Amino acid sequence: MSGQALLRRLALVPVTLFGVALVVFVLLRIIPGDPILLMAGPGASAADLQSLRESFGLDKSIPLQFLLWLRDLFHGDLGRSISFRGDVVQVVVERMPPTLELVFIALMLAMTFGGALALLGSYFRGGKVEWIVDGIIALFQSVPDFLLALLLILLCTVVFSLLPGSGRIDPALQVDFKTQFYIFESLFTGRFDVLGGLLAHIALPSLALALPFASMIARVLKASLGDAEKQDYTAMARSRGYHESRILMVESLPNALIPAASLTGIQLTFLLAGTVLVERIFGYPGIGNLAMDAVSSRDLPLLQGIILAFAVLFVAVNLLSDLIVVALNPRLRNG
Amino acid sequence: MSNQFSRRDFVRAGAGLASLPLTSGLPLFGGMEVAAQDGSKTLTIASNVNLTAMNPTLPAATGNQLQAYYATIFDPFLKQAPDLTYGPGLVTKWAWNEDMTKVQLVVREGATWHNGDPVTAEDVAWSLDRAGKPENKNPLRFVWASLGNFKVDGNNITADTVRFEPTIFKWFGFLGAYVLPKKYMEKVGLDGFEEAPIGSGPYMVDKFERNSFLRLKANPNYWGGKPAFDTLVFKFVTDGASRVAQLESGAVDLTYNIPFEEYDRLLKKPGFEGTSILVTNCATLFITNKDAMLDVNVRRAAHHAIDKQAIVARLLRGYGQPQSTMQAKEYDAYDPSITVAYDPELAMKLLAQSGYSPAKPVQVTMQTTRGMAPKDFEMTQAIAGMWRKVGIEAAIEVIDLPKRSELIRQHQGANFIFQSWSNATGDPHNCTGFALYDKSVQSAWRDRELGAKMDPLWIEKNYDKRIAGWKGIDRLVADQGYIIPLLQYAQPIVFRKGLKVTPQKNEFVLPATMKPA
Repeated sequence: MSGQALLRRLALVPVTLFGVALVVFVLLRIIPGDPILLMAGPGASAADLQSLRESFGLDKSIPLQFLLWLRDLFHGDLGRSISFRGDVVQVVVERMPPTLELVFIALMLAMTFGGALALLGSYFRGGKVEWIVDGIIALFQSVPDFLLALLLILLCTVVFSLLPGSGRIDPALQVDFKTQFYIFESLFTGRFDVLGGLLAHIALPSLALALPFASMIARVLKASLGDAEKQDYTAMARSRGYHESRILMVESLPNALIPAASLTGIQLTFLLAGTVLVERIFGYPGIGNLAMDAVSSRDLPLLQGIILAFAVLFVAVNLLSDLIVVALNPRLRNG
Repeated sequence: MSNQFSRRDFVRAGAGLASLPLTSGLPLFGGMEVAAQDGSKTLTIASNVNLTAMNPTLPAATGNQLQAYYATIFDPFLKQAPDLTYGPGLVTKWAWNEDMTKVQLVVREGATWHNGDPVTAEDVAWSLDRAGKPENKNPLRFVWASLGNFKVDGNNITADTVRFEPTIFKWFGFLGAYVLPKKYMEKVGLDGFEEAPIGSGPYMVDKFERNSFLRLKANPNYWGGKPAFDTLVFKFVTDGASRVAQLESGAVDLTYNIPFEEYDRLLKKPGFEGTSILVTNCATLFITNKDAMLDVNVRRAAHHAIDKQAIVARLLRGYGQPQSTMQAKEYDAYDPSITVAYDPELAMKLLAQSGYSPAKPVQVTMQTTRGMAPKDFEMTQAIAGMWRKVGIEAAIEVIDLPKRSELIRQHQGANFIFQSWSNATGDPHNCTGFALYDKSVQSAWRDRELGAKMDPLWIEKNYDKRIAGWKGIDRLVADQGYIIPLLQYAQPIVFRKGLKVTPQKNEFVLPATMKPA
């Protein structure tokens, strides 16, 4: 991607976000479900309802509501949450770090497991090991993340009390964190006693997200490694007497990584979306769990803020994955 | 393939990786939550709803399930006993004056806020006054605004009845009826209060990790005596299966509102006990007075065709009580002589009078939530099956709570709308009244003729006359089939063996009433 192409992509970012904001804003307001009626008691008069509606700015027309929301957005204000007392930006910023940590760890696990499975299957291609690897890939591809989450809870929490099945941190722990990035903060401040507990809590939700993703990476990477093995440069390396493990790691892998990296970028957005259910099941206090609460209470300002935050993440992830693919594939650099 | 790096090497490497957490000294099990095994100091509860705001008088704070948190941190004006009767809270005496134009209250002496300040009559009067002001967004303003012109004299408060509300004292111990600290809130503001809330209740906020847990410490100066547990933790686990897993793994001591299948299974396991009393939450089919529902034969047939006992037995495993009116047995206006029997033959006769039969069924739509009340969707499926046999063909539409509220408000709901209706006050105003009054935002049956019959009851000052009036309305409603009350739910609570739990009919799970073995 040339510098010009990159600039073009960057210029499209605000347009994309504006489009998302507009569509979501209108959709949220035309779908049935009035948050004011949810909170009003049975004896509320029309005046009571109107008063509540006015206090949340829901009495105005949809275009006017959008323009006011847009004006406030430029001042960094996404409004006030109906169900949470507080600024939407603050609530979203508070909940985003747990999700980012969860996604980061799930991504690391997925890349590690997926990569290892692909290499293992390729190295022992045609044997029993490959058959087992293919079985594992098929298994985790066919089990949805929420079901996997329940199975992990059953196995690791109920049957064998190995890991905690809910929450982000032990409630008995007396720690005051400076940021919401608990894992990174305890890692960088050397609080390994706290870090252990945090990793134990994040293990199951990140595994539930990571394993289906890992199987996807493994499938694509293994197929790409298979293609690479048929290429001339691999035959050349083999004729020079290089060991199979070197051929796999040095000759085939760098070329096979391109489709896998491209897929990872696309699938990462699904991983983010997957946090909604997985966080709910594990009682994990991230943005996905928050989104579920916001939907059920029709907290429109909060929902709008969450979706916008997700949109920013999706756009950033896609851009980043494109850049990584370009970095891995020199042929694309001038395209 | 020549294997310099053999399969055995792979296995060895895998074993090495697997043992990394152990060899690296990383505490693999460290930080895992463990419930206090001795049951003496810490009580950990897996609760089914998320706490979103600390201010108990905000719109988002009126859910029944949320009162477990609020009633633990704050004190209500009056306290409701497990059997729904009312007793002193921060208000120790409460009465109308002779002509019922004023209320007179006496405030408890010796109660303190969590910061040590005394609870005063000023606090109580201010809390009542602010609840009625529109700018404070209290969702129950329609109740609180019925009082005004508060006067404080020592520990005594008098207020004028701006509008006569016969149930006002029942609301004193119900949703959002908590006393707030005037001086402290004026000092820190609403946002400051959210950050560092104080109440006068049995437990004090220690740490609130949003969407994760609420940790509280026992209030040693509580006027009702120091609670039995030093530390109380509410873990927010909204998924039912996860709550069960938390209890089974020993991570929590108590959980509630789980499926009855799980309740029965857990009780068979050693180490667990449970309670499942009938609570003030009732499954009901609301009827929208439009189209086919204007035909009394169809409405009555729909009611007679439902085998409620079978629903309780098969879907709720026997945990529930069929109802003929919206009044549960514990309610003030319960009248056992009003019954609507399961009688499919009568249902078929009624439908035949209107030209319907199993071969030529009346087509209706039934809206329901799914998973928002125990077996809500399954119940409508069972009912549709029962109806089909007598000549009612029901299409089921799943909707969510906000949509349901809006459809009912706009009188745009389907013929039948499933709704679980909670009325912990036990007063007929808050069930038959608001569910069927044509001016109520929650009524699907909008009929001025019926509303006119209710009009005098909303302001009737004689209690006996008022209750008798509502019983009359209930009889009319049953005869005309304006609504189909289905059953009274039971609330399953499961806990570690030895824990002393007092279940409340109002569904509030109150840790302050719990004791270790």
